[in-house]
Amino acid sequence: MNATTWAPITVDATHFYLQVYFWIIVAVLGGLFLLMTFVQGGQTLFHTAKDETEEKAILNSLGRKWELTFTTLVLFGGALYAAFPLFYSVSFGGAYWVWMLILFAFVLQAVSYEYMNKPNNLIGKNAYKFFLYFNGVVGIVLIGAAVGTFFTGSNFTYDPVTRVLHWGTAPDGINLRGLEAAIDFKHGAWFNLAMGILLFAMARILGALWLINDIDNNEFPELIDRLRNIVKRCFVVLLVALLVVLYGLLTMKGYAYNIHDPAGKVYLEDSKYLHNLLSFGAIPLILFLVGLVLYVYGVFVTLKGSNRGIWPAGIGTVLIGIIVFVIAGLFGTPFYPSYADLQSSLTIQNSSGSKYTLEVMAWVSVAVPFVLGYIAYVWYQMKKDGPITKEEIADPESHAY
Amino acid sequence: MHGLDLNMLEWARAQFAMTALFHFFFVPFTLGMSFLVAFFETIYVKTGKKEWKEITQFWQTLFGINFALGLATGIIHEFEFGTNWSTYSWVVGDLFGAPLAVEGIVAFFMEATFAAISFFGWKRVSKSVHLASTWLLAIGSNLSALWILIANGFMQHPSNEFGFFNIETSRLEMTDFWALITQPVAQIKFLHTITASYTLSSLFVLGISSLYLLRKKHVDFAKKSAAVAAAFGLIASIFTAVIGDEHAYEVTNTQPTKIAAAEGLYVGEKGASIVAFGIPKNLPARDVTSNDEAFVFKIELPKMLSLLGKRDPNAYVPGLKDLIEGNPEYGIWPLKKLAQIGAEAREDLRKYHEAKKAGDVEAMKAAKEDFYKVVWSDPKTGLKITKADLIGYGFFKNVDNLDLIHPPVPTVFYAFHIMVGLGFWFIIIFVAAWLKIIKNAYENATLLQKLAVISVPLPWIATSFGWMTAEIGRQPWTVFGVLPTPESVTPIALQNVQATFFMFLTAFVILGIAELKILFTVVKSGPKGAH
Ligand code: HDD
Ligand code: HEM
Ligand code: HEM
Repeated sequence: MNATTWAPITVDATHFYLQVYFWIIVAVLGGLFLLMTFVQGGQTLFHTAKDETEEKAILNSLGRKWELTFTTLVLFGGALYAAFPLFYSVSFGGAYWVWMLILFAFVLQAVSYEYMNKPNNLIGKNAYKFFLYFNGVVGIVLIGAAVGTFFTGSNFTYDPVTRVLHWGTAPDGINLRGLEAAIDFKHGAWFNLAMGILLFAMARILGALWLINDIDNNEFPELIDRLRNIVKRCFVVLLVALLVVLYGLLTMKGYAYNIHDPAGKVYLEDSKYLHNLLSFGAIPLILFLVGLVLYVYGVFVTLKGSNRGIWPAGIGTVLIGIIVFVIAGLFGTPFYPSYADLQSSLTIQNSSGSKYTLEVMAWVSVAVPFVLGYIAYVWYQMKKDGPITKEEIADPESHAY
Repeated sequence: MHGLDLNMLEWARAQFAMTALFHFFFVPFTLGMSFLVAFFETIYVKTGKKEWKEITQFWQTLFGINFALGLATGIIHEFEFGTNWSTYSWVVGDLFGAPLAVEGIVAFFMEATFAAISFFGWKRVSKSVHLASTWLLAIGSNLSALWILIANGFMQHPSNEFGFFNIETSRLEMTDFWALITQPVAQIKFLHTITASYTLSSLFVLGISSLYLLRKKHVDFAKKSAAVAAAFGLIASIFTAVIGDEHAYEVTNTQPTKIAAAEGLYVGEKGASIVAFGIPKNLPARDVTSNDEAFVFKIELPKMLSLLGKRDPNAYVPGLKDLIEGNPEYGIWPLKKLAQIGAEAREDLRKYHEAKKAGDVEAMKAAKEDFYKVVWSDPKTGLKITKADLIGYGFFKNVDNLDLIHPPVPTVFYAFHIMVGLGFWFIIIFVAAWLKIIKNAYENATLLQKLAVISVPLPWIATSFGWMTAEIGRQPWTVFGVLPTPESVTPIALQNVQATFFMFLTAFVILGIAELKILFTVVKSGPKGAH
């Protein structure tokens, strides 16, 4: 099937700037989500608890934040739907199984905190604990792999006139409705997997850093020590995965198009993502490196005994996340490329909502700083009295899990 | 559509219906209970009495158990638009995705953020910050209902006032956001849904309190809870009915096939009646010659449908037969004609894009002009209908069974009538309870208490049936009159949809049972053992 080139390019400058604006919003949400995956990472650390109280400390610390992560994911979806509906349609409808499994992992998470320690919960505490691990491992690795396909591409063709989407059209590709991203090594599965593992290691370290910060260090000294150990071990994994990802990003042929070409023809370009990092006076590269340094700094101070590593590491994570999305979608880069048919690739310009819709949504986005403001306020209110203590966990009036 | 698997379509619909019904099992409880908890806490903060804090925390525990599954089912619902209704998502993404995104920004974060304080902040923040958070949680939940119902209102009644079909992109695009969010269909839907939800949660609190009274347990706790619930429920149940009537008026005037199916009206009438009780038959419209033969038996309230639906006892209400075969006397076009115009619009669209590919500007212009040609204009209001508006009907050009243009009569009929019947029952319960409570005699009204206990599950039936009326009644369209359901679905192999259907069904059934078990355990152990 050879889909014809279609004219996807927005001629209207305002429309184009709005598209860029919304891609940046998506990138910021992506970065924030990446930070919030400390919840998922933390969920894979229950085994570090050696008794009931330690376990409850972890449960209560994460339990107050999981909803925020969940909602960030929901908003991430909602923002993509409103701003880039064709992506929503192609990726979710096409890579069906990836998203369905991710969703499934989040469904299981949503009930687990609330039900785990309640009497008569039908399937028992360990089942809910398993759900939390499942969400932390499968959910995160799959999300990482899905982000990987923003660089390696997916296996589809799309015809905008008949609106017919075909998934799995590359003659040498594998079609598992999205799951091929993890096994089709001819089409970058190694990179997608490395992304998944990288995300997982990042989340796990963040989870440990968060718990070290949020749980009373004097009352739970052994737990904190074990968590520090986890940070050390995961950091090794993280470095390996990071090297693979960086190697891929800097050397692979990237998908590209010219934002001024009215036909929007997509082609392959050597070291495209390196070029993206270096564009705009290398600002993306600098921010990326700053993020990386902050992250590593957070890890190092934690290993040295500090319990505040989460703050620099968290900010670093957000920066890294933003830059990953920025280089995937801006500077004439199709953010959801197709290796089956280059011209079916989705760019911010051919997959977006109408100019009017984006304008309206831009107004709505004024609410975002307020939302971030009250989230910060609430976060502060809940933390100002210090970390989680044994007393609080035991107190029936503080609605502990 | 290219070799669309109709069987798959049925499974995709079943999957969607399943998630929707599960989601709405938890949502109305959240919408109402969040306010009830806020009422209880307000009384606590005002009076400073410890027993009100206990009341607040007990109901809040039940609220939290329910809330978790509301979130779990909601996230699938949102992403299913992409996974299973991907064509729909691209075509109406502007009009539908925008309210969804606004919902995320202005409602879900409010809910999630303040829930953290409301649940876990009892010892960490001041009383007033805590109370404010509980209220913000309630407001946030109800705002999320507003925005999602704006999105759904668009599907029920797409209008030229806020959108149009763009030939260039072959999508429905937004033209007026304000008109979209203020359209009456959506606003009434919102009011009806939230008041129904308050009814549901009030009856829950009243019922559980009555259970304690019957068992002579937690008597003071139960009396206090019941008083607040009865007051809230009384107001809510009356509003539900009043706005429900308004709702029926909107539906009669915007979705004639739905109201005709809901009332089993095959042949249009002046002074049409409402069927109070009846057993409808499932007949193809072409075989029906009178409304009486479409029922095994029925009891009617004469002229009521015209009165409620058109605000005039003698007004004409079209029946399913008229909507298929047309009725020149009342200016109703036959379906065949609509399908013909719709098919022409599709042809124009095709020509336009072919000309564009060939760079033939003249031909593009001609196709576009034809596409937006006015085919009808209302002499009174000046409202204009263009070919483009009827493009969805083109789907029925090659359909033989024209009965597919309306939803199944018995399903919609029963769903609608049971909902309405239950609505009156709830008013009776709340009026009776309220009268006893103000006389301070509820504690000994055992019959009423028993009735309240038995009635606890009924509002769940009413709300689910309400949605079945709304959503099954909208068939065969996802966007009424514009986008047929078979053209909305993701083209994907049947097995994928079946597998995910059972995957989620299993999860929901297990988690649903777990939820009920936990809930019953907490109710059984009562307020003191709430934690
Ligand atoms: C406790 C629940 C409850 C009760 C007692 C009622 N309803 Fe209802 N109804 C709903 C719960 C509900 C709902 C679940 O909230 C629905 C589904 C869709 C919607 O917007 O609201 C609904 C939909 C709905 C619709 C379909 C609207 C559409 O197609 O969008 C109509 C015409 C009515 N209702 C009318 C009534 C009337 C006349 C009632 C008289 C007492 C009534 N309802 C009681
Ligand atoms: C197709 C329709 C719907 C979709 C896509 C949808 C989506 C969602 C999502 C994604 C969540 C989780 C939000 C979070 O992370 O905080 C959610 C929760 C919620 N939804 Fe829906 N929803 C739909 C229908 C409805 C309806 C009809 C109502 C009310 C009238 C409603 C009210 C709520 C409320 C109050 C919550 C929050 C809490 C809860 O009950 O746990 N939703 N919904
Ligand atoms: C939470 C309450 C809801 C319930 C219980 C519900 C129920 C249903 C049911 C029973 C169907 C299947 C109809 C059929 O196949 O005949 C359906 C379909 C559908 N509903 Fe809803 N619905 C709800 C809310 C919504 C909302 C708020 C939206 C949009 C914002 C929506 C959009 C759809 C869509 C797109 C379909 C699939 C296509 C179709 O069959 O029309 N639903 N829903």
